[in-house]
Order: sequence, then structure tokens, then C-alpha cells
Amino acid sequence: MVGIHTVGPRRTAALRVTALGAATAVLVLAGCSTGGSSANGSYGFPQATQDTSSTITVWVDADRQAAAKAFQKAHPNTKIKVVTYDGSANGSNSFRTKMQLFDRAGSGWPDVVFSSQNNDAAWASQKNNGKQAFAAVLDKGLVPNDTLSKFTPGALNPCTVSGQVYCLRNDLAQTVLWYNKSLMDRFGYTVPTTWEEYEALGEKLAKEHPGYIVGAQGDAWTPEVFMWASKCEANNITGPKSVTVKTDSTTCKRAASLLDTLRGDGTVPNVSVFTPEFVKNYTGKVLMMPGPAWYAGAIFNNPQSLNVPPGQLAVSAPLLWKGEDKAVTGNVGGGTWFISSHSTNLKAAAEFVQFVTTADDYQVNVAPGYPAYAPAAQKWIAKQDASKYFATPLQPIATAGSQVWDGWGYGLFSQEAVWAKTMTPAITSGTSIVDLLPTWQQAIENQAKVNGYTVS
Amino acid sequence: MTLARQGDTLTAGARERRRAAAREGRAPGRTRIGYLFVSLYAFLTLAFGIAPAVYSVVLAFTNADGGFAGLDNFSKVVTDFRFWPAVLHVTAYLVIWLIGLLIFVVALALIVHALSVRWASTSLRFVYYLPGALAGASSVLLWLFVLDPTASPVSGLLRAMGFTSFVQVIQPGNLPAIFAIIAFWTGAGGWIVIMYGALNNISTEVIEAARIDGANAVQTALRIQLPMLRKWIAYMGVMSLAAGTQLFVEPQLLSQASNAIVPNDYSLNQLAYQYAFQQNDFNGAAAISLLLLVVALLLSWVFVTRGGLFEREE
Repeated sequence: MVGIHTVGPRRTAALRVTALGAATAVLVLAGCSTGGSSANGSYGFPQATQDTSSTITVWVDADRQAAAKAFQKAHPNTKIKVVTYDGSANGSNSFRTKMQLFDRAGSGWPDVVFSSQNNDAAWASQKNNGKQAFAAVLDKGLVPNDTLSKFTPGALNPCTVSGQVYCLRNDLAQTVLWYNKSLMDRFGYTVPTTWEEYEALGEKLAKEHPGYIVGAQGDAWTPEVFMWASKCEANNITGPKSVTVKTDSTTCKRAASLLDTLRGDGTVPNVSVFTPEFVKNYTGKVLMMPGPAWYAGAIFNNPQSLNVPPGQLAVSAPLLWKGEDKAVTGNVGGGTWFISSHSTNLKAAAEFVQFVTTADDYQVNVAPGYPAYAPAAQKWIAKQDASKYFATPLQPIATAGSQVWDGWGYGLFSQEAVWAKTMTPAITSGTSIVDLLPTWQQAIENQAKVNGYTVS
Repeated sequence: MTLARQGDTLTAGARERRRAAAREGRAPGRTRIGYLFVSLYAFLTLAFGIAPAVYSVVLAFTNADGGFAGLDNFSKVVTDFRFWPAVLHVTAYLVIWLIGLLIFVVALALIVHALSVRWASTSLRFVYYLPGALAGASSVLLWLFVLDPTASPVSGLLRAMGFTSFVQVIQPGNLPAIFAIIAFWTGAGGWIVIMYGALNNISTEVIEAARIDGANAVQTALRIQLPMLRKWIAYMGVMSLAAGTQLFVEPQLLSQASNAIVPNDYSLNQLAYQYAFQQNDFNGAAAISLLLLVVALLLSWVFVTRGGLFEREE
């Protein structure tokens, strides 16, 4: 009987709470949809009504929290709210996913977003089902031209769509030739300057010192390290919705054949550098390693990975192909900073992205990667040289920074995902890359087409 | 999981009790408080089940601007180069998983039920159930380590099978079996416990009669227990089929962990996800979901009719 007595009042209370909740929800929804009336702005895109005292929301990945902290220290009067997300890393694509949901909802966009990927401008610069493009145009006055021009030549290519700049590059990921100077000296080898010499040295190493390696080809960015640097035209983005794919060229075949040869003799094994297997089998056994600038911190000078002692790791400029007079190189990632075109405080947002990409307080003193902003990059190199970790000066990294071949673009779809899904399993099962080039071509074309590209 | 005796249609008493209740002019248990109890569920079903389903039906037949699109979305997704491989992947996985589930769950439940040592039976049931207590995604993460020969506690077994690296383990041909094993490991325990409960519901008179007639344990299992479990097996089939066609977490996590060597469009559900969030084509995604629903409904119908799930014995 006790139960019956208490049911009545409790139920009424529950109803009251529900009604209150529903009312609140309606209020919140109404509040969301009234934010910001759009008017044509002076920076080349429609702006929301500006409020220079409003708090800006900044999305960063775990590593870039330090950038937000450095900004707060330097600009205590600008209010920022930091949200940590996965940085769109490892193919999660969360940056695009979330912005599309905000597009559908019509509100909620953050003011500034860091992405660890370099192909986000491809979608962020475009209208989406009739909705305003997410990315703010930066080179129409929002960021001074003087600042933009000091980025390393080519650094803003991933941010540039149809001639307009939509993001600022955080760091560069140009590929260079890393090598172990102590091992080179011990074995009596000289550092190769061409890919042909590199291949020959690999074969020699396999005979004289089996177990040692000159690279790895198990990662999704293998095509970006080897194919890109060989001017293989697998990803020539020629417009916002057009791409040229030609994997049957000699430039693709020479890189493919090099990979096949050196996989065959075990000096460029089909293993990812981020696996326990790699660390276990190859610690102390890496003679050379073509790879992005960030390999230094990510695998060589990392106690969790190869942990190369100070004074051994050296770097050499990108390799040439015989008969060519100018070396080109590839690129593996390098983060980007975007400003939302929906921001109600563009001034603070612009101040923030300029600080994190150019200020010494972050890019030189804190950031692990090679800065895209050239003045910061020079200071960063001086700082690294002073650390005495490297056996040779780091200037080749700066040289490589402006040698990234521009015939490989930054499209909407991931070349890394195509390679990983189509090529890696086939290579693992024993097929040669030279034989797989037509398969690769087909896979890229298919992926491009479902993303709305015309393929030529 | 406990199964109340009175709710079981296998026992004759339930029907009579219901008839008796009906004669009294009142359905059993229908009081006003009942509506309150069911209201929260009904509200949540409407908000997060029915409404999104209706929305996706609308999306599937319209284009991005909201205009009627007829069957355009369907023809688009069916001609997508990723669609039929995904259908094949899910089919292969379903075949392996459902057959494995039916055979092993029933066999293990029968064995546990036949154990006469009480503590052995109890602890086995607990052990079976344990993996199911881990949340879906975290148990898949655990498998990422199990499948990597350099980190796996069963690396010896993997090496004996000829696998020396993670990439070799996750070759496309192995994936349906891998996903089936993961799903079995995470989901089968709960079903074993349910089957055990169902076995407990078979009245002891029937089993004793069989024993007096000279049936041994195997004969009892095949001739008495299995036929009487038919509905429970069909129930498991329907539920597992619905879950299985929606394969998503396993390939999605494995895809991220393998840096996309396991494709992120491996299953139909993943393809729908790609449509919605990579291509920003919610209409195409809705079309795939509807196709999945139709197929799952058809297959479920087979299970329901063959398993006699809604039959009432007189």
C-alpha cells in the first residue's frame, strides 16, 4: 500500500521535470538557430556578425595543446576555449565528419581547427550541398600577405585551391634521406646521391651485412616517399574536381622496380615503421631510411622506437634520379590550421593561427616538427644543430622543404588509404609492385570517381 | 539471465492462467503504473528508433535538395564499385559466424548443462559470459594485440599457422573468419547462458521419461533437448543475423589500427558511413541502410518461419 500512496505525487513531479526539460530543449534549439546573420564580408567570403570580444573555440589534437597554451601565455586578453580531438588522424576523417554535421545543424562550428592531414582544403574550400564553404579565405586580407609570403615556397600548396589560400601550414613533412653515420663509416660506405646508387648500396648491404636495412615499405605513405619523389603521376590534382592518373609511366615503373628489388633482398622490408615488429627486428640495424622530416623525432630519437644514440643520425638531401639535374621530393602529411568562415571573431581567430604558425614561442621553442614558416624554420634548424643530437648539419631538410614536387596534389580522397587497401595486401601475398601498377591505377580511378572527380 | 517459468509457452500452465485472467475481464498486469513504466521505453524507441528510421526512408528516396529521387539513390549505391565486394564480405562473415554460433553455442550449453559437478558448471558459465561483459569496442581492441604475432599471447599458434606479421594475419581472405571469431568471442557467452536457461526449462519429467526409455546423454540431447530448444535457437538466429548484417565495429577498428590495410569500406554499414561522412551523401547512405534492412528482414523471416518462433503449441 505504501507504493500506491507515493506513486501519485512522484509521477506529477516526473511530468513536471519532463515538461521543464522539453521547454529547455526548445529554448536551446531556438538559441542555436538565431546565432549570426550573414552579410557579405570584406575578406572574400560571407561573414557572420563580428564580436571582437567573444571567446573563440579552438580544436586541436593532443600534440597541439601546447600551441594553444603558448598562445594563452602570449595573449592573456584573448579568450579561447580549447577542445581536444583526434586531429583527423589515421583516416578517421573526423574534422570533415563533424563540420558536415554542423553544416546540417546550421550551427556549432569551432572558430579554428587544427588538422593533422593535408588534404582538408579540398573539401573545406568548396560549398557543400549548397552550404557555405567551411574554410575562410585567408589571402584576401584576413592574414597579411607579408606573412603568407614568408612561408617556405610550396608550403601552402596543400592549402591552395583555385589560387586561393584556405589554411596555414603548421609543419612541413618533406622527405629526406636519413642515415646512420656511424654505421656508414664502420661499413666503409659512402652516402648515395642518386636512387640508382641507393639501390646498388642496398644490394651490396644485403650481401655484406644481412639483417641491416636501407628503408621500409610497409606504411601507407610508401607511395609518397618513393613514387612522389620519382615524379610518378599517380595523383595529379588538376582542379577542384579533376585528377590525372598515369601509373604506367617510366617514372612510376623505376620506383616500383626499385622497391621490388630491395624488398626481394630484404633491405627495404614490407613492414610498417610503427609496429612492434619493426622496433624488435631493426633497432640498431637501420643504415638508411628515406622518409619525412618528422621521422627524426617519431622513430629515430624516440625511446619507444629505434632510440638512436646522439651523434649517429645524419641527414642528406633528397636523392636524384640518374640523368635528371634537379632533385624533387615527396611529402608525408604536415598539419594545417583552418579558420571557420562562420566565426564571429575572425580577428582573434586570425591572430591565433598566425601565432601558432609563425611565433618563435611555439614553432621554435616547443613544436616537434619542422616549421612551415621559413624564418621559424631557420631558427628551428639552428636550435636542432645546437642540440648536438645529429651527426651532420640539418640544412638538407631546409633545402628539401622547397623541393616537394608539385605534380602530386592534395585531393579529397586519401592516396594512403588506396595504397594500404589495394597494394599492401597484394604485396604481402607476393605480387610485385611493377605488376600491380595497373591495379593501383584502377583503384585510384575508382576512388577518385566516387568522390566526384573526373579522371583523365 | 533468469527465465521466469510462467512466461514460457513450453509449460502448459501459462495459457490456462492467461485464459483465467481474460475471463476475469482484465488483462494481466495492465494497471496505470504499467503505462508509466513503458512510457520511457516507448519515448526512446520513438525518438531514437522509429523517427530516425522514417527519416532514413525519406532520405533514401530524395536527393540532396530534398526533391523526390525515385530509385536513383539505390541504383547509385548498387553500381558503386565498393558495393558488391562489401556484400560478399558480409555474406562470408555471416555464413561462418552464424553456423559457428549455432553449433558451438548449442553444444557448449548442452555440455555445461550435462555437467553434474555444480561448481564446474557455475564457473564455466561465468567464464563464457565474461568476454561479453567487456564493451564491444574495447574487446575488439584486445584482439588487435592477439592478432599481432609480435605482441600476441598466442604468437606460437599464429606462427605455427604460418603468420609472422600482423599484415599477413589480416590478409583479405582471412578477414571473415577473424571477424567471426571476434564476434563469437564477444557475443557467444551471453547466448550460452540463455541456452542454459532454456535447457533448465525443459521439464524434468520429459528428461526422466527419456532416461527410463533407455536414452543416453547424446540421444537425449539430439531427440529431446534440441527439438525443444528450436525456438530459442531460431531466436538466437534472428537476433544474431540482425547484428551480423550490421558488421561495423570490428572492421572499423581494425581498419584504423592497420592504417587502412583493412579497408574502411569493408562492410555495408561502413560503406553507408563512408557515404554519409566521407562523401557527404546522406541519401546514398540511407539507401544502403534500407537495402540492409530489407535483406535482414527477409532472412529473419526465414528463421522465424523455419524456427516456429511465433507458433503456439496446443
